[in-house]
Amino acid sequence: MIFDPTVILDKLPEIGSGLLVTLVLWIVGIVGGVVAGFVVASARRFGGMAINGVLGLVVEVLRGTPFLIQVFLLYYGGPFVGLMLDPIPCGLIGLTVYAAAYYSEVFRAGFAAVPPGHVEAAECLGMTRLQTIRRIQIPEMALIVLPPSVNLAVILLKESAVLSVITVPELTTVVSAIGSQQYAFLEAIFVLAVTYWVIVEATDRLGRLAERRLSRLRFSKA
Amino acid sequence: MTIKLFTLLMQAALYTLGISIVSIVIGFAIAILLSAAMLSGKGIYIAPARLFISFFRGVPLLVQLLLIYTLLPVIGINVPSIVAAIIGLSLCTAAYQAENLRGGFDAVPKGLVEAADVTGFNPRQTFFRIRVPIALRLTFPALVNEAIMILKSSSLVSVVGIIELTKMAQDLSSSTYLPIPIFASAGAIYLVINWAIALVAGRVERSLPKVTA
Repeated sequence: MIFDPTVILDKLPEIGSGLLVTLVLWIVGIVGGVVAGFVVASARRFGGMAINGVLGLVVEVLRGTPFLIQVFLLYYGGPFVGLMLDPIPCGLIGLTVYAAAYYSEVFRAGFAAVPPGHVEAAECLGMTRLQTIRRIQIPEMALIVLPPSVNLAVILLKESAVLSVITVPELTTVVSAIGSQQYAFLEAIFVLAVTYWVIVEATDRLGRLAERRLSRLRFSKA
Repeated sequence: MTIKLFTLLMQAALYTLGISIVSIVIGFAIAILLSAAMLSGKGIYIAPARLFISFFRGVPLLVQLLLIYTLLPVIGINVPSIVAAIIGLSLCTAAYQAENLRGGFDAVPKGLVEAADVTGFNPRQTFFRIRVPIALRLTFPALVNEAIMILKSSSLVSVVGIIELTKMAQDLSSSTYLPIPIFASAGAIYLVINWAIALVAGRVERSLPKVTA
């Protein structure tokens, strides 16, 4: 067998469309996950014990079961409860819910990590509650939640490959199909691996850059 | 959902557990080599270790499994699919565990190492009696997390045909047409195993000595 990735590279337009689907899934998953995760974390912190308990259990279940099982439940179980989803919307919903569970934990830790002294100091200086949240709590939280958020973004990109199992036409699905058609499965998987690797490395570096930028804004360590 | 179906799922869960445990153990052994290379301070060892870690952390496990499945026969290694699956999981978890170990070694308080030097420990004694035990102690929570991650990730070997919990649930679901109870039960089994791991690990961790600088 001769290793010849050019067989695969002839199919660039198709690979491009798969990559596009993966990127859309990924970005929607991150944005949806961050928003929903923030809402969940806020509800758990400020919504009382009952809400905290229920949401805590849901988050535990989502974090304690494999993403693949969640996707199967949604895709194959959905129609039994009147939820007929095509692969792409199913993948989007699955990935976003999964992301929300993990992001809510990141924000929960972020809330907890802002020193109460800073909030009290802001109050003493006469800041309103809203000003305190906007100028003290959110900027300080941003620095704390950035590294785990970038980590999570990388995990989500990798989990999105799992959606190939329910035939979402994303990168893994498209490239492995090309590999089978061309009898060049090894080349296809190789191209696939390198593509993910490049995106992950780029995300990682971008995250570290942002971290350095943000930490310059920080002038107090107390 | 009958008792019989649930029994089948539980039997499959044993496979999941077995695959995960073997992979974690092999992965830990490889991780020791990798972190030793990273800590060696010699570029000739660091570069390949770093490449390995970056690759296995940067590529989806599903793609790694497909790659190993396709690659092994091509380079003339014919092993049963279960072995290929365990190789895939082990290499992946090795990369993560190596990073954890390295983090543990970096976090060993400098004062303790200096104290050992001053007390007359030679470098070898300092390494094996001070740095290694403290690094392992600091790495323990991350190791538990990784065990839980691998247990969940092992569901992906279903894609390459290994009949473990997820694959069994999939097969039962399509033959009985009861996806909701079957996948929910499979999820519950994963959850219970993970809770058990977390519970036991929490107990063990409390019994271990604390590291203070």
